[in-house]
Amino acid sequence: MKRLFLGAATLALMTGAAQAGSHLQDTSDKRIALSNNYAGNSWRQAMLATWEETAEQAVADGVVAAADAYTTSENQATEQAAQIQNMILQGYDAIVLNAASPTALNGAVKEACDAGVTVVSFDGIVTEPCAWRIAVDFAAMGKEEVDYLATRLPEGGNLLEIRGLAGVFVDDEISKGIHEGVAEHDQFEIVGSVHGDWAQDVAQKAVAGILPSLPEIAGVVTQGGDGYGAAQAFDAAGRPTPLIVLGNRQDELQWWAEQRDANGYETLSLSIAPGVASLAFWVAQQVLAGEEVPKDLTVPFLKITQDTLDEALASTPEGSVANVSYALEDAQEVIAAAK
Amino acid sequence: MSFLARHRIVLPVVSLAVLLALTFWMQPRAMSYFGLNLLFNLAVPIALATIAQMMIIMVNDIDLSVGAFVSLVACVTATFLNDAPLLGLLILAALILSYAAMGAVIHALALPAIVVTLGMSFVWGGLALFILPTPGGAAPGWLRTLMTVKPPVMPMAVVAAILIAAVTHLLVIRSGIGTVLRGVGGNSRSVARAGWNVTALKALAYGLAGLFGVLAGMALVGLTTSADANIALRYTLLSIAGVILGGGEFTGGKVSPTGAVIGALTLTLAASFLSFMRLSPDWQIGAQGAILILVLTARLVFARRGGAA
Repeated sequence: MKRLFLGAATLALMTGAAQAGSHLQDTSDKRIALSNNYAGNSWRQAMLATWEETAEQAVADGVVAAADAYTTSENQATEQAAQIQNMILQGYDAIVLNAASPTALNGAVKEACDAGVTVVSFDGIVTEPCAWRIAVDFAAMGKEEVDYLATRLPEGGNLLEIRGLAGVFVDDEISKGIHEGVAEHDQFEIVGSVHGDWAQDVAQKAVAGILPSLPEIAGVVTQGGDGYGAAQAFDAAGRPTPLIVLGNRQDELQWWAEQRDANGYETLSLSIAPGVASLAFWVAQQVLAGEEVPKDLTVPFLKITQDTLDEALASTPEGSVANVSYALEDAQEVIAAAK
Repeated sequence: MSFLARHRIVLPVVSLAVLLALTFWMQPRAMSYFGLNLLFNLAVPIALATIAQMMIIMVNDIDLSVGAFVSLVACVTATFLNDAPLLGLLILAALILSYAAMGAVIHALALPAIVVTLGMSFVWGGLALFILPTPGGAAPGWLRTLMTVKPPVMPMAVVAAILIAAVTHLLVIRSGIGTVLRGVGGNSRSVARAGWNVTALKALAYGLAGLFGVLAGMALVGLTTSADANIALRYTLLSIAGVILGGGEFTGGKVSPTGAVIGALTLTLAASFLSFMRLSPDWQIGAQGAILILVLTARLVFARRGGAA
């Protein structure tokens, strides 16, 4: 399936090259760098792998001269600011950025822009106006979870919210969306909230800690990476498994498939695909080629339903997260949609 | 005594020069006004934080809260100092005073500084999160202008480094009170017998550390344009490494302000150098540590030889 995908990507590339002749400039001498602040979880590992795949193919096809990935040795904004400044010195034409902080890198990003470097931020975006932003509407993702619960549990009930890492923008946004959803569907009530730090083990401990104090739980709203741990905690406490919204991790999907086969368990899984790095690559390439690209782009999140579970599970390596790789035409579609 | 043992500043200078030469060789673009500024401008807040740490090490203590403190200052600078300058200044002054009070308490109650400062780092971190729960804020315009100023001949980063080194050298090495402060690190009892109030002196040393911590936070916000409650957590270890790399010792009040600034520059440059080498990030921390050990080994070897001669 992957080969098929690559084939499609190459085809897209060729059409892209053909278009380049019409109104876009050639980018074959341009160099793009990826500035990444963290590589310590499955999502980031998949992201780096997708980038490498896309970059290798693009360099081989002569679309760009180089597309190197850099990860800071520590997940700190000051480290990444220095990394961006180094990239300016190294003479890259574009920097694709997954930022450690939405604001603390603005100084370095501005310096890059002033030096004529194109900066495209994704996932962890930056607020500096001269950069492009490929953002996920995390609030909408949180709200969609509650909307889905409303279709499945029209009677409503008590909800347990598992949050991410405290103080991180993504956590605030998803939680905001969830609370908006609960305000709209007032048959639900959030009776407990814990921080699972997007990790199964942390989530399991946190849920196990709060469970004894909670009434019957109808549904669990999560942020991804925490659903399996929550399920384990419910199981260990001997309580019935509620409807847990999952976050595309392989262990979550695996658990879901097992539950489905055993007792027909039904749920929804959604998260942002790590392949968004490849989308950012193509957006940067389009900007370098002289395409008019709006500064703010939105990437759809990857949703897995009961029907697509088997397919997603089969293509997700163990310990990883469901992924999709974006091609040039996907980038063009996103750009066109934002215009 | 050998030349190197007598002039402990030589080794840091040589380390920086070697690293700089290697960087220029690998990335000739860095050899310009613009390039030098990019290489070193983030070293300015680190240099200030290193000086803050040096003030504490000078009186035989160690400060594990520098990083959290600088982050807190950054948050105050990007919010209060920008929106209500007077209130912002008051808060910053209060922070310096609380640092001085911390020094006095540590001495008066004979508490281990390492424990108190570690505890305070959570207080600073909590306050920073309280002021700025999500990253944001904005740098005051004048601060941004100051940190992006383009002086003739030398870039801002180099001018600032020289200025910081010169001022702290005068303060710590040349001035009378600086000598007494170093004396507290050397032998606090004899300083006390000479009629000095050691509690007050420790408070002064900690207050100075607070002052330089505040300057570090402000400089950092001037560069990044906004703040984040975790923005400078790395400064704690960087500042300790910087002091030691610059020829300072953990005990005995043996510190060198010029060396500390050079140490901070060297550490910043080492990170850039490793990145230019395209070393995998998994190895970078290790390699940074290796550079540190290399310099310290060189120092020890020369010190031993000096001692034997």
